[in-house]
Amino acid sequence: MSMPFYVPPEQQMKDRADYARRNIARGRPVIVLGYDNGIAFVAENASRSLHKISEIYDRIAFAAAGRYNEFENLRVAGVRYADLRGYSYDRSDVTARGLANAYAQILGNVFTQDSKPMEVELAVAQVGETPETDQIYRLTYDGSVADEQGFVVMGGQADAIATGMQERWRPGLTLSAALTLAVEMLSRDSGNGSGGNGTDTPGGRTLTSDRLEVAVLDRARPRRAFRRLGGQLLEALLAPDDPTTDVPSSDDSRPGKHDTLTGEQAPETPVPPAPAPGDPVSSEPDQQPGHPEGEGA
Amino acid sequence: MTADPFREGRLPEAFFAPGNSSFTDFLAAHAAHLLPGRSLPTGAAGVAGAAVPELPHATTIVAATFDGGVVMGGDRRATMGNYIAHREMEKVYPADDYSAVGISGTVGPAIEMIRLFQVELEHYEKIEGALMSLEGKANRLATMLRGNLPMAMQGLAVVPLYAGYDLDRNVGRIFSYDISGARYEEHSYHSTGSGSLFAKGSLKKRWRPGLSADETVSVVLESLQDAADDDSATGGSDAGRRIYPVIVVVTAEGYRRLTQDETEAAFRALTERGDAR
Repeated sequence: MSMPFYVPPEQQMKDRADYARRNIARGRPVIVLGYDNGIAFVAENASRSLHKISEIYDRIAFAAAGRYNEFENLRVAGVRYADLRGYSYDRSDVTARGLANAYAQILGNVFTQDSKPMEVELAVAQVGETPETDQIYRLTYDGSVADEQGFVVMGGQADAIATGMQERWRPGLTLSAALTLAVEMLSRDSGNGSGGNGTDTPGGRTLTSDRLEVAVLDRARPRRAFRRLGGQLLEALLAPDDPTTDVPSSDDSRPGKHDTLTGEQAPETPVPPAPAPGDPVSSEPDQQPGHPEGEGA
Repeated sequence: MTADPFREGRLPEAFFAPGNSSFTDFLAAHAAHLLPGRSLPTGAAGVAGAAVPELPHATTIVAATFDGGVVMGGDRRATMGNYIAHREMEKVYPADDYSAVGISGTVGPAIEMIRLFQVELEHYEKIEGALMSLEGKANRLATMLRGNLPMAMQGLAVVPLYAGYDLDRNVGRIFSYDISGARYEEHSYHSTGSGSLFAKGSLKKRWRPGLSADETVSVVLESLQDAADDDSATGGSDAGRRIYPVIVVVTAEGYRRLTQDETEAAFRALTERGDAR
């Protein structure tokens, strides 16, 4: 004999929030932070292919903590939303704010109406012309949106890491300083989540670059600003005694996808040089129909 | 309501449909009115020989392979009957980092198709995290052309030429199409549009295996000049206004459009050799 009994809405919402919070905290943390020439994304992620950080549109990227299948679903919806908007209007009409609002609607609706809240936290970032115009939005499981200044920490013991970031982050860091800071903060996370009772030993873990997923929105790149970082380049940026402070302005010369910068030169391929050397090879299709390239007629 | 996905307070199902990385399919499911070729003029649908107003047409596109890549060029003229509608039209565009698409036929639907094709390829890359194969890209374009068939039957035909660098085989390849979306792979060189007859004749005599990238650019430019000589709908190089064909080169290093200065220099060299006639 099951009697439906009354649960006050406050209690209902609190239970849902607790459930979502607990499960998000079980995941590994992700940090999004501004640096002088763009926005950096650093996540602890042992997987090479299941990304927590992704490109959404030309100047917009996404980072997430929590349940992979749920945020992957949101990522795909975000790419569809952005591409649809850019196709209906113009590429410049796609904004992080619009995307953040779309996500807030989804998360808020699921939180109040569905049987279970989404166990994800998202950050949507858009790189601007100057550091002052960079935007980072943080979206929580209940659909709240916050416009953050400088950095966002999600997952794991986010509050503890955020406190540390508050003390150490400042505007105008170089990329290598920003990455070094983020990795140091991530390695403080005990990895047991706040739900566990692991002992937090500051600096107790070393995160090697093969356990990191790192990407940037590089202000200086012409159209698609998103690049993943790996290989020698990431090692060099994280090494305290290496002079590398930022990503190179040209992509890897290896034929194929241009979304990852490794700092490694491709082996010599017997390819004839493009006609009339001088111009760097533009790997960016920046020519849109109806937008003739201004070549200074 | 074109792109207002919030009618129900949250994004519709189409946004969450799993396992499909095609932007065109997504458009068809969610916003079919945005697809090119679906907006038939009222009253003309199904009426054989319904009058289509005179519209601007894009003309000659040329592509030629060389060892290590492919060159594509297009003249700059758009015509409406005898009238020159546009002098600086762009007919060759990057489809993505490793391929170029050129258009001849009715300008409106052609431009719309290329815009969608560009988004389609980038969308796939973002969702899948991988580049589509060149064959796959050529097939996607064929599918889009098939969608335009009803329009083509009414005289709004689009005939693209597609050329890209095949990262699996390490060669440049060329694909031509007919209005029904049939795909033909071309070897060595090909041309479409009203001047293609003359351009192909020129290429037949000038193109040979083993040309360098520079030589291939020169051969493509010369074939466009020959087309302009004998076809009134194809515009020749206009040194007075500094309007030259759009020439692009696609290699393992990606897509590169020649600057105006480079094309001008290539045209000058042609003139000095006495071949620009």
